[in-house]
Amino acid sequence: MGYESQADFGTPEAAGTPVTLMIDGRAVTVPAGTSVMRAASECGGSIPRLCATDSVKAFGSCRLCLVEIEGQRGTPASCTTPVADGMVVHTQTPRLDKLRKGVMELYISDHPLDCLTCSANNDCELQDAAAQVGLRDVRYGYEGANHLGLATDTSNPYFDFDPSKCIACSRCIRACDEVQGTFALTMDGRGFASTISAGQAGDDFMASDCVSCGACVQACPTATLNEKAMAAIGKPERSVVTTCAYCGVGCTFRAEMRGEQLVRMVPWKDGKANRGHSCVKGRFAWGYANHRDRITTPMVRDSIDQPWREVSWDEALGFAAERLKAIKAQFGPGALGGITSSRCTNEETYLVQKLVRAGFGSNNVDTCARVCHSPTGYGLKTTFGTSAGTQDFDSVMAADVILVIGANPTDAHPVFASRMKRRLRQGARLIVIDPRRIDLVKSPHVEAAYHLPLQPGTNVAVLTAMAHVIVTEGLADEAFIAARCDADEYGDWAAFVSEVRHSPEALEPVTRVPAADLRAAARLFATGGNGAIYYGLGVTEHSQGSSTVMAIANLAMVTGNIGRPGVGVNPLRGQNNVQGACDMGSFPHELPGYRHISDAETRALFERDWGVTLDPDPGLRIPNMLDAALDGSFRALYVQGEDILQSDPNTRHVAAGLAAMDCVIVHDLFLNETANYAHVFLPGSTFLEKDGTFTNAERRIQPVRKVMEPANGMADWEVTQALANALGLGWAYTHPAEILEEVARLTPSFAGVSWERLDRVGSLQWPVNAAFPDGAPVMHVDGFVRGKGKFVVTEYVPTDEKTGPRYPLLLTTGRILSQYNVGAQTRRTDNIVWHEEDLLEMHPADAENRGLKTGDWARLASRTGETTLRVTVTERVAPGVVYTTFHHPATQANVVTTDYSDWATNCPEYKVTAVQVLPSNGPSDWQESYASWSEKSRRIVAEPAE
Amino acid sequence: MDETKLVRMANDIARNFAAQRHEDAVAAVADHITMFWEPRMKAGLYAADRKALLPLAAEAVALLERGAKVPSQTRATRFNAADESHRSDGA
Repeated sequence: MGYESQADFGTPEAAGTPVTLMIDGRAVTVPAGTSVMRAASECGGSIPRLCATDSVKAFGSCRLCLVEIEGQRGTPASCTTPVADGMVVHTQTPRLDKLRKGVMELYISDHPLDCLTCSANNDCELQDAAAQVGLRDVRYGYEGANHLGLATDTSNPYFDFDPSKCIACSRCIRACDEVQGTFALTMDGRGFASTISAGQAGDDFMASDCVSCGACVQACPTATLNEKAMAAIGKPERSVVTTCAYCGVGCTFRAEMRGEQLVRMVPWKDGKANRGHSCVKGRFAWGYANHRDRITTPMVRDSIDQPWREVSWDEALGFAAERLKAIKAQFGPGALGGITSSRCTNEETYLVQKLVRAGFGSNNVDTCARVCHSPTGYGLKTTFGTSAGTQDFDSVMAADVILVIGANPTDAHPVFASRMKRRLRQGARLIVIDPRRIDLVKSPHVEAAYHLPLQPGTNVAVLTAMAHVIVTEGLADEAFIAARCDADEYGDWAAFVSEVRHSPEALEPVTRVPAADLRAAARLFATGGNGAIYYGLGVTEHSQGSSTVMAIANLAMVTGNIGRPGVGVNPLRGQNNVQGACDMGSFPHELPGYRHISDAETRALFERDWGVTLDPDPGLRIPNMLDAALDGSFRALYVQGEDILQSDPNTRHVAAGLAAMDCVIVHDLFLNETANYAHVFLPGSTFLEKDGTFTNAERRIQPVRKVMEPANGMADWEVTQALANALGLGWAYTHPAEILEEVARLTPSFAGVSWERLDRVGSLQWPVNAAFPDGAPVMHVDGFVRGKGKFVVTEYVPTDEKTGPRYPLLLTTGRILSQYNVGAQTRRTDNIVWHEEDLLEMHPADAENRGLKTGDWARLASRTGETTLRVTVTERVAPGVVYTTFHHPATQANVVTTDYSDWATNCPEYKVTAVQVLPSNGPSDWQESYASWSEKSRRIVAEPAE
Repeated sequence: MDETKLVRMANDIARNFAAQRHEDAVAAVADHITMFWEPRMKAGLYAADRKALLPLAAEAVALLERGAKVPSQTRATRFNAADESHRSDGA
């Protein structure tokens, strides 16, 4: 499509009953509550405006949108005037012309007239308004007092703030408040001295609370807040709507292009996941696509101690295929496996699992969900019948009580967090269950009613204690339970949670949560109206991750909070396509659509379609593959778009497992840490370079559209197909639409999904089939997918990872706003200015005891390994708990984490590691040896070896 | 495969089903291993020192070794091609 700005109706949409009025002689029918400005826009008119934009509430300050209304005195602002039945409006009269010109003259008299060299030239609402009102002269001249000499704030890496171009419309402030909910900006001074200020006087944007979401930039009508890339490249000439490749929110953006160059990513207003909002990653952190580290030529080497050799695609694929065939011939199909990528498209993950099952001949396929949300799949399938969240994101706007457990949405799912905060500002109550005092506990205009700072590893105990309160105090929704759940199982469960040993008081020594607070939180959740539960990896990445998911499901069922908007169980997915990768059969025990590999009928369906015989036994999961590698029975691994060396626990064990293999094929954008142990490197493509679909945390399938040609020459699905064909599989897909058609043909829950339909409607939430022809925003409405809801008894089983004299602290790991997962993408963007290194958060008391202060280097040691990193002293963590991130390979936080894992799924227990922290003055032995190995392993010889 | 680790995994499964009625718990442990463990892992567990297994896990392993058919813990969804009892998992 050519370039066209997104429509802006001036004020937000209303939802009242229809009202009919006349605007400039035309009858218009709009919902009551709509502004006259919006009504005029919806019928094709355009009232001049500056302070109004439809992402924020009307403000009525610019005085440009004045109209005349028959029967009313004066000239009211159309943005703040609601429509009324029978109203007669005139938007263009001599009186209005004169008033508007007068207003525009004032604006322009204090504005630099550098339009031809301005970065917003031809993309400026001030320019448009001047043209609309027919401004031809400024009677006041340009010599009076003005703001033209104010300095530009260039501190933010992505956008500049040029106050000389500011018209003080407050759109940026209101966007920060209403859309993002950070309240970082304010209007400093009064009258003519009014200026936009980020934080305290003297702060620049980088020093302020600004989270660089871009909402202010998008709202700015002039070049005051303008993207540096736009200033450098120029105005876009075309745009393509596509889906973000960062977190599981699945924001849709317009990739605005100039030729083959991406100018900017602008959140798409019609995107149903993000509703026109964005975060610093999705909006700005796309520079990795052209980073100098990117590898675009295939490479091979005979052994991992050799340098890489650049080769042709044919040679690389031939090399890989020969090795795979030889290993299969000698050791059998069980020696081969693959890992699908939650960053790649549904179609690409589908092809990788198909390659493993149909080509390698094993079920040894797994995905990064193994180390994040595999317990969600197990827990929700067991209790409800589907391995997915129950709601859409819009549902949060109908919630009355929001329970956030083991999630930090403002950092990890920021766009959804903004919507949640909006609902909290409207009055919803918040319960946070988290060892850390995350931002949601207390931030501007948001404060949790209860924060339960539990001891890491005691989620099940806390949730069972909440259930105890609800059942023993008679707060259970008996009618819902009787109608919707298995009565016998409920009876067993209710008796179990009612035992005195599960009371908050009895468990307080274990959980360290004050019993009174826990009781109050449980009562609030059970009685406060619509109760919605949102959770993240602080739930799943435990030895009882699956039990915790089931305990959450129990809590939702016992309170009747399932099956309508405003309630539900909502897993916040980590990577963009975790849901999709799981849907596509990436687990070693399931075919696409979560059908068990042992089911002969399902297997027969795929066998007929693929022309092969499938192994009926479950395959190896990632940690099992590594264990099997060490005993010599697993020898070849194809890894698409994951960096298991950095992301998976117990790094030394992962390294040993990879080093034991004969053929490791890494298919990625960069020579990641796993590639240090690889024999074949197949260059990958970015999300900007391919077509396909992602499925977000609300089961929403959304198109990913190619906006530029792949730098490596092939999209990832084409690379997998080429590898499959090198193995003789004879695949002939010409577009991902054909792969999606195959998925739909073989998977009942995707039966109604097609590329053409997605292209037309924008997105669909599975299931999409005869029962749900347009998808299902809310699941389990009339009954649970499995039939009756299943209450599962969840006994609290303490982890085997214990603190003691040598390791007295508990380490928990997580993410921060500016970085994503292993940082492969975000470390290669300017986001690095916010997080140059992984830091260790430590409570002041623990730091004092060890003589540590913020900025000091410390040795972080566990029974598994040790690393060094710098300390930041903060009360965000409780005494006895330390926290860090895993974004940087130089730190390798996972050297420290253990191979303890969830009992049901082997999801690693990242959130509980017993550690000691002591002052240090240098890197650990592992860090030094790994750095040396990594440097050696990344060597590339320019010429092919003889 | 590391038998010590396999035993620990089996014991973890047993500890998490232990609160169920004993007969159900034995069946659940056996079903879980059937549905989620690769044959090498099962073989490694069968070969491991039984004394290291919790009694519940040992009973489940014995059940599996006898070739007993255990009921599925996870029923199929109605989105899948399911049988009359809403199962597509062969149970």
